[in-house]
Amino acid sequence: MAIDCLVLGAGQEIGKSCVVVTINNKKIMFDCGMHMGCDDHNRYPDFSILSKSGDFDKTISCVIITHFHMDHVGALPYFTEVCGYNGPVYMSYPTKALSPLMLEDYRRIMVDRRGEEELFTSAHIASCMNKVIPLDLKQTIQVDEDLQIRAYYAGHVLGAVMVYAKVGDAAIVYTGDYNMTTDRHLGAAKIDRLQLDLLISESTYATTTRGSKYPREREFLQAVHKCVAGGGKALIPSFALGRAQELCMLLDDYWERMNIKVPIYFSSGLTIQANMYYKMLISWTSQNVKEKHVTHNPFDFKNVKDFDRSLIHAPGPCVLFATPGMLCAGFSLEVFKHWAPSPLNLVALPGYSVAGTVGHKLMSGKPTTVDLYNGTKVDVRCKIHQVAFSPHTDAKGIMDLTKFLSPKNVVLVHGEKPSMMSLKDRITSELDIPCFVPANGETVSVASTTFIKTNASDMFLKSCSTPNFRFSNSSTQLRVTDDRTSDGVLVIEKSKKAKIVHQDEVSEVLHEKDHVVSLAYCCPVKVNEESDESGLIKQMSVKISETVSCADIHESETCLQVGSFKGSLCLKEMCVHRRGMSSSSSEVKFLCCNWSVADLELGWKIINAMKQNL
Amino acid sequence: MELTCLSKGDGFHYPPCHMLNISGFRVLIDCPLDLLAITIFSPVPCDVGFEASAYPSEEDAQNPIQKKQKMERQMSFDDLVCVEPWYKTVKTLHLWEVSLIDIVLISNPMGLLGLPFLTQNPRFCAKIYMTEATAKIGQLMMEDLVSMHMEFRRLHGPEDSSFPCWTKNLDGEEVPSVLKNVVFNGDDLGSWMRLYSLDDIKSCMKKVQAVKFSEEVCYNGTLVIKALSSGLDIGACNWLINGPNGSLSYVSDSILVSHHAKSFDFHGLKGADVMIYSGFSCLQTASPTDSDYISTSSDENDESLAASLLDNEESLEELEKLAFVCSCAEESADAGGSTLITITRVGIVLQLLELMSNSLESSSLKVPIFVISSVAEELLAYANTIPEWLCEQRQEKLISGEPSFGHLQFIKDKKIHLFPAIHSPNLITSWQEPCILFAPHWSLRLGPSVQLLQRWREDPKSLLVLEDGISSGLGLLPFRPIAMKILQCSFRSGIRLQKLPSLLSLLKPKIVLVPDVVNQRINLSAIKTTSILNYSENKTLSLARIADNADVEIMAELATKLSWKKLRQRENFGIARLKGELVMENGKQRLVSGLDQEEDSGKTRPLRHWGSVAPETLLDALMKMSVTGSIEHSIGENGSEDKSIIHLTNPSSGMVETSEMCTTIITDDETVASKIFQAIDGILDGI
Repeated sequence: MAIDCLVLGAGQEIGKSCVVVTINNKKIMFDCGMHMGCDDHNRYPDFSILSKSGDFDKTISCVIITHFHMDHVGALPYFTEVCGYNGPVYMSYPTKALSPLMLEDYRRIMVDRRGEEELFTSAHIASCMNKVIPLDLKQTIQVDEDLQIRAYYAGHVLGAVMVYAKVGDAAIVYTGDYNMTTDRHLGAAKIDRLQLDLLISESTYATTTRGSKYPREREFLQAVHKCVAGGGKALIPSFALGRAQELCMLLDDYWERMNIKVPIYFSSGLTIQANMYYKMLISWTSQNVKEKHVTHNPFDFKNVKDFDRSLIHAPGPCVLFATPGMLCAGFSLEVFKHWAPSPLNLVALPGYSVAGTVGHKLMSGKPTTVDLYNGTKVDVRCKIHQVAFSPHTDAKGIMDLTKFLSPKNVVLVHGEKPSMMSLKDRITSELDIPCFVPANGETVSVASTTFIKTNASDMFLKSCSTPNFRFSNSSTQLRVTDDRTSDGVLVIEKSKKAKIVHQDEVSEVLHEKDHVVSLAYCCPVKVNEESDESGLIKQMSVKISETVSCADIHESETCLQVGSFKGSLCLKEMCVHRRGMSSSSSEVKFLCCNWSVADLELGWKIINAMKQNL
Repeated sequence: MELTCLSKGDGFHYPPCHMLNISGFRVLIDCPLDLLAITIFSPVPCDVGFEASAYPSEEDAQNPIQKKQKMERQMSFDDLVCVEPWYKTVKTLHLWEVSLIDIVLISNPMGLLGLPFLTQNPRFCAKIYMTEATAKIGQLMMEDLVSMHMEFRRLHGPEDSSFPCWTKNLDGEEVPSVLKNVVFNGDDLGSWMRLYSLDDIKSCMKKVQAVKFSEEVCYNGTLVIKALSSGLDIGACNWLINGPNGSLSYVSDSILVSHHAKSFDFHGLKGADVMIYSGFSCLQTASPTDSDYISTSSDENDESLAASLLDNEESLEELEKLAFVCSCAEESADAGGSTLITITRVGIVLQLLELMSNSLESSSLKVPIFVISSVAEELLAYANTIPEWLCEQRQEKLISGEPSFGHLQFIKDKKIHLFPAIHSPNLITSWQEPCILFAPHWSLRLGPSVQLLQRWREDPKSLLVLEDGISSGLGLLPFRPIAMKILQCSFRSGIRLQKLPSLLSLLKPKIVLVPDVVNQRINLSAIKTTSILNYSENKTLSLARIADNADVEIMAELATKLSWKKLRQRENFGIARLKGELVMENGKQRLVSGLDQEEDSGKTRPLRHWGSVAPETLLDALMKMSVTGSIEHSIGENGSEDKSIIHLTNPSSGMVETSEMCTTIITDDETVASKIFQAIDGILDGI
């Protein structure tokens, strides 16, 4: 049995996440994202690899979306409505509620502002979302008879989940994007210790290790404060959901503490509306936020107002959250065009900017002019601040999670190739787990766990429930072993279910008769003068315990027993088990011994010990 | 498996309580309080009294002699016990040793109310499971109960209610039997408890492991426990327990289609080995007549069965009831009377609030709605943050960005007023009559409902909305005579009796345990696929294990490492001695590779043999090992056993005795013995 992991997107890059995993003939698609930095057909994963005929219903068992970011959900309406996939789609409750907002926002930007051809319509989004089955955390969902999925808290954005999928005995986890530390409003990723054949992890920050984030939060707040104190305007391009709420909580809190009266604007009604969703979905936020919400909902921002287009040129300082992030298009880019030439102003870029966007250009160096998409150039004299805390886990977090789950294999996606390669080396060398970094279109195959189903007899199970310690003295150390299972025998008959029976039951199962093989010897022993029968047995027992360590010796009047070894005083004149010596001397008595082959060596040890006496 | 029904409960507020023994673990299902029993207490102390206490029926006052002669005289307010209330737990639960309970499963908030009594026992060590919503709502209800009780103490002072002082006076002959029945139920006073404190609740809730619907939790590696929505109320659930000896489902009162909570989840319950049906509420519905008996012929497929179960008729009826309550309230408001609603079922209150404020909005009436409860604010806020626990229509609201329940906007617009207590400072300023008022407690003995009922009881224009069953008992006694209009509502609290056969045919358990009282009311013999057993209160029912042999899974990797043997006699068989470790994981026994064990050469030697040894063959084999000897056949006494002896001559003397059943090697030479054994092993099959 094998697990095939086909990477359709986000292989050695960031953007258009899409991984198709085949476990025991079930195909599961994890995420269905679009690439924000691409304008051509490359923005979508290449679905044609999955099915030449385009009959995706037959090939794909289900689609699972981990969170509402465009690079994870952006291609879903295209896949369901244009490509015609009709099977089940799963996402968490918040993702189901918030994805349409993100998709609609993005569609509007693309169509209205950039004048692109429509890739999918509002109707497409609506009918696509109708197919979505909402998931709750830890809820175990039986997709079909064999496929079971379960979501775990990932912390990256509201409703982000890691997904566990199991078919038969083979199981994998796809992490999506995750954060191993709590932030302003979300908790840290949380997952059970699972037995996994494969872990597919994001690796955005595969080589970065971050310390405490408080200094960096302060840095951000001070940068914004300095800008507005100097009369400048601060632009924070961000997507409507996620970072906007986190940063806004930070600012709102800071404004309160510092008693700052400068307005904070949200560019569209969208984010205000989004805050409403956040209020309803408070159970998905961090423990800290949840505890507070009875008295005050932390998403009721006190200093936040709606932004109006006319305010772009209004005098005086302000802070503006504008969509979309990465300055890839739309309103944030428009505002940027107006504000960038002034050295008083500030652009604070939260999070990762995909290659090809204006945000990426600003972050990778200090450009003085930037080409916008339609050919116009803009002078950039404003300050650029890169928000240095991120909702993605750092390298330590990835290593911690991998170590915690200890999967049999790791596949890294959603990262930049050079750092992924170095993380791969760390995982292979430090954790000793095979790790793969496939490119888009490549497939990784790994072996999967299988269990053989058997019926076990009561006798075997009973014998397994009682300890069966064996002590052995090897060199100086006392070894204790407890192999209860070695009393069991696995019996496989052609075309029948395998059976486990106790060794005493084997012959019965095989319809055979037991045949006992044992050894016997009537052993001569020397007697101390005046020693009676029980004295002799005692004497032997002492002798045996000297040579045979850890032996459990049972004595009685005329016989002694060690394991299956049984020796009893022989009074016969001519015992058939006697060899060589006759009872000529009165000082010699005989102990008639027999033992089973299981104790072959033990028996001879005892015999030799007793003979020494002679 | 063993099942003991400790109490069959009484409707929604007093769910049944069961003790279960499964795979050696003792499981307590639900731990409710019999809150109807507190109606024996007087809502206000006698001496403070109010007019009603001086209101014995006139005839009785005139004829004191006649009164005594009557065995069942008219009960009066004076008969009620005038002390700080005590609370009645499940009758026989305290007879069980607390420390022997391994697991507690709580199916709904009502089933949680008695749990602090158990957890305050220092010997309590069980693991408690319940859904997150049950934990939250249940905790709020317990806190509300405690706060109402404290309020009672504050108003009337702590009475000397040391146990069993107050029960003494109840032993007299003149005490009405109704009262006696409640108190002494089977001569057992051990079930009466003094109420727990807020600290007890806190420490109880700390021990709880909250789960989501369909979350699998594993107890001790052996039992996999899963809560599945029952639809009864927000967070209420049925249970599925998977163990090494099969699966067991516990189905309690469920509502198939709900308008607030997530509906009954039957998919997960299908095909369990054993199903315990404890829906006692179905007894309160009318016996099925021939006309509404749903045929359950086995050829009906699952879809049509499911469809017949999930028809809308019942849930529409429920909505009509709610609408009726609203219209009655509006009517009395129109006439200038107030409405007091003492219903405390969370789902019903949320729906009523929503309906009521919507219909007031559309009418010209300007009547304020008050909710007076110490936990109202938190509960109403909580209800709008749990879309995952609600029915599909309300989940849809989340998608379109609306709050799950409509009360939020009305609270903002000051149309619904929330107050923690009747003496809240702002209550007086916003007070306005007529009004519509929601106030606990449904038993009419605690909480703001007592004072408000005193205020309005003589007003014929006002309306009192009660839970089912209150007016028939002692409930209204302290408030008589009562001029208010009374509306008693019975909302659904379980599956209808006539739907039970369809439910069983749909879930197809191998064995179903049904209360005998239910089985007496309905003929279940039509269900052929399931065997039906009866159980009754306070009797233990034992059930033998269903599966013949336990399943053990062997890791494929390990199986390939075993040393396999082909048998000489039987080619179809392959046998191997086991290695590794037997572990219990997620309710499954598994054989996995253990720690690397020292490969002991002796271990590879077969320990069990079968077949027989022909002496000639053995001699041939020995010859090849350069051991020589001669064969002597001897016939055993009575000719019963043939025995052959091989006398060995070279290299040393020895003997091999062989018969059909056994072979004995007799020699003092260790090496020769091993050679002989090797030869025998070559002839026999062994492991």
